Amino acid sequence: MSAAVPTLVLVTGPEELRAERAVDSVVEAVRTSDADAEVVHVHTESYQPGELMVHTSPSLFGGWTVLVVHDLDEADDALVEDLSGYLDQPADGVTLVVLHKSGNRGKRVLDALKKSGARVIEAKAVKTERDKHDFVTEEFRSARRKIAADAVGALVLAVGKDLRELASACEQLIRDVEGLVETEDVTTYYGEKVETTGFRVAEAALGGDEARAMALLRHAMLGGLDPVPIVAVLAMQLRQVGKVATAGRGSSAQLARDLGMAPWQVDAARRASQGWDGQRLGAAIQAVAQADVDVKGGVRTEVAVRSPEYAVERAVLTVCRLAQGDGRP
Amino acid sequence: MSVFDQLVGQPRVVSTLRRASTEPAAMTHAWLFTGPPGSGRSVAARTFAAALQCEGAGGVQVGCGECQPCRMVMAGSHPDVRVVDTDQTFIKVGEARELVLEAQARPSLGRWRVMVVEDADRLNDHSANTLLKSLEEPTARTVWMLCAPSLEDVLVTVRSRCRHVRLGTPSPHAVADLLISRDGIDPSMAHYAARAAQSHIGIARRLATDEHARARRREITSIPTGLASLGDALRAAQDLVDEAGEGAKATSADHAEEQRRELLTQLGADLTARTQPPSVRAHLRRLDDRLKAEARRQQHDSIDAALTDLASVYRDALLVTAGSGLDRVNASEPEQIQLLARSFSAEQLLLALETIGEARQRLIANGAPLLVLEAMMIGLLLPRG
Repeated sequence: MSAAVPTLVLVTGPEELRAERAVDSVVEAVRTSDADAEVVHVHTESYQPGELMVHTSPSLFGGWTVLVVHDLDEADDALVEDLSGYLDQPADGVTLVVLHKSGNRGKRVLDALKKSGARVIEAKAVKTERDKHDFVTEEFRSARRKIAADAVGALVLAVGKDLRELASACEQLIRDVEGLVETEDVTTYYGEKVETTGFRVAEAALGGDEARAMALLRHAMLGGLDPVPIVAVLAMQLRQVGKVATAGRGSSAQLARDLGMAPWQVDAARRASQGWDGQRLGAAIQAVAQADVDVKGGVRTEVAVRSPEYAVERAVLTVCRLAQGDGRP
Repeated sequence: MSVFDQLVGQPRVVSTLRRASTEPAAMTHAWLFTGPPGSGRSVAARTFAAALQCEGAGGVQVGCGECQPCRMVMAGSHPDVRVVDTDQTFIKVGEARELVLEAQARPSLGRWRVMVVEDADRLNDHSANTLLKSLEEPTARTVWMLCAPSLEDVLVTVRSRCRHVRLGTPSPHAVADLLISRDGIDPSMAHYAARAAQSHIGIARRLATDEHARARRREITSIPTGLASLGDALRAAQDLVDEAGEGAKATSADHAEEQRRELLTQLGADLTARTQPPSVRAHLRRLDDRLKAEARRQQHDSIDAALTDLASVYRDALLVTAGSGLDRVNASEPEQIQLLARSFSAEQLLLALETIGEARQRLIANGAPLLVLEAMMIGLLLPRG
């Protein structure tokens, strides 16, 4: 067996997608030298004492085994015991991959693994907007492709909620678009997402551009978009502007870290907050909150607004008028 | 000791229930207990059920609390007393149909089959309608007992079929006395807790025994004086939602895992399989939906409780402004109350209370919690200058 094949691998971090990829890369590395290598998965919740020994003892046909132990951080004592035992006396022809999300459980095994010189792969959590941006950039870099900075923002905005979706969107763009990936490409593929539409409506409304905001909103709703998520996106945008506007000065990078947003979002929110003051911004948030309840059927004691579309339009118009400096909608 | 001792500060209710359980002529087949949260609606229903099943030795008043049926009812293990409560937002129609079926059975041990619906306000139109026939004319030995915060919380048609028993808010002193005598709590702490909980017995007990609950309440009551700008309002709303979410998550993550494992074992499914067969997946999906509904209810309840505490601060400030001598709920934080009373006029304080009330209505109407609270906090900002 060539020296390139790792025998001990530790994958730490809570991000499932990255952990899966790490396991895949190990399996691939092993299979380049032994195409018939067997992959065995061990899950902590169903672990029987001694199971580890069964899988690691040499098989009759002498094939290589990749043993993947999932969720060490939830392991019971039996598994921890068996793993420590195995690390004292590793078997030949076995690659042990241990997955550990976070926490202190199973620390003994972690330490032993590190001491035995295990290869450590990190699966860092992707939480903030910033992480997502880095993730997209990294995806494109590893495929040796280029993507415009604006396009990264648009992509994260459109499909950034779920990392898997983001990853497959990157994959599709890399496969289907030639050359530099621009914002237009992202819009072509993912433009109809409610996140994008809501964002554009909010942008126009915050800028006080009544005609454009109305046109975008009508168009989206005629296209069958549900008013409820549109209101939610509108609220999120206003919230971000509110937070950035009241956070005071400081570099966008610093603010982005404090508020868990991406630097470009901070910049966009700063631009959008031009000409606004706290009082009118507050009134705008209140108008959207009213619309949120109205599109969901209204409060029992009030006269319900029968048309959800009207409720959203009213909120957007109120925001527009507030943007133009008119305190009374 | 009589079971009725647990009904604090409700002498009229106790005598009504005593009479009903001793004189056949005073008995009815459907009862509706109403009263503010924490006044002991479900306790009243339970004690009444115990009194009905009581086999106390002759001469002793009913609801002796000593005999086996009494003890079984109070422990919730009597086979003829069915207590219905729910972790979800509504009692579903399927559940209501089962109740109607069960109500037709004869009692197996005691004299009565008692059906207690603790959250009658959580019956939606459909399930309430299902109960109507049985409520109107149950079999001879069946008694229905519904509990709801107020008469308006149940359908008119349900209301008209029940005998109504109204529980008042017990005085803080009565609640404090109960805490001292039943739970052995230090008198000064008991009085603080009873006042701060606005006579809600369960909450008073938690405040008196749990340091974390007291700290959380202090955080909430200090919100109003800290609301100077839009940023403060947004942050306060975010904190409130986060805290409620944390609580819900902490209790439900383990619970969810346990439920899932239990279900899979029941179905004889392979716990380790990464993908379950379709039939099992359907069950899992239903479980997930249920757990999600429970978590949402829990978050909602937690926010609603916080809003009650928040409103009490404005109420106290209003009392100060109006020069009223009524008891202050937050007597332990006089500076904050004074500050609020100075910053707001009486009208503004009333508006603030209305704003909080509106937020609660919106939460019930399924508004997005964060957005609802943001709008509310913005409405509560301190006036400038």
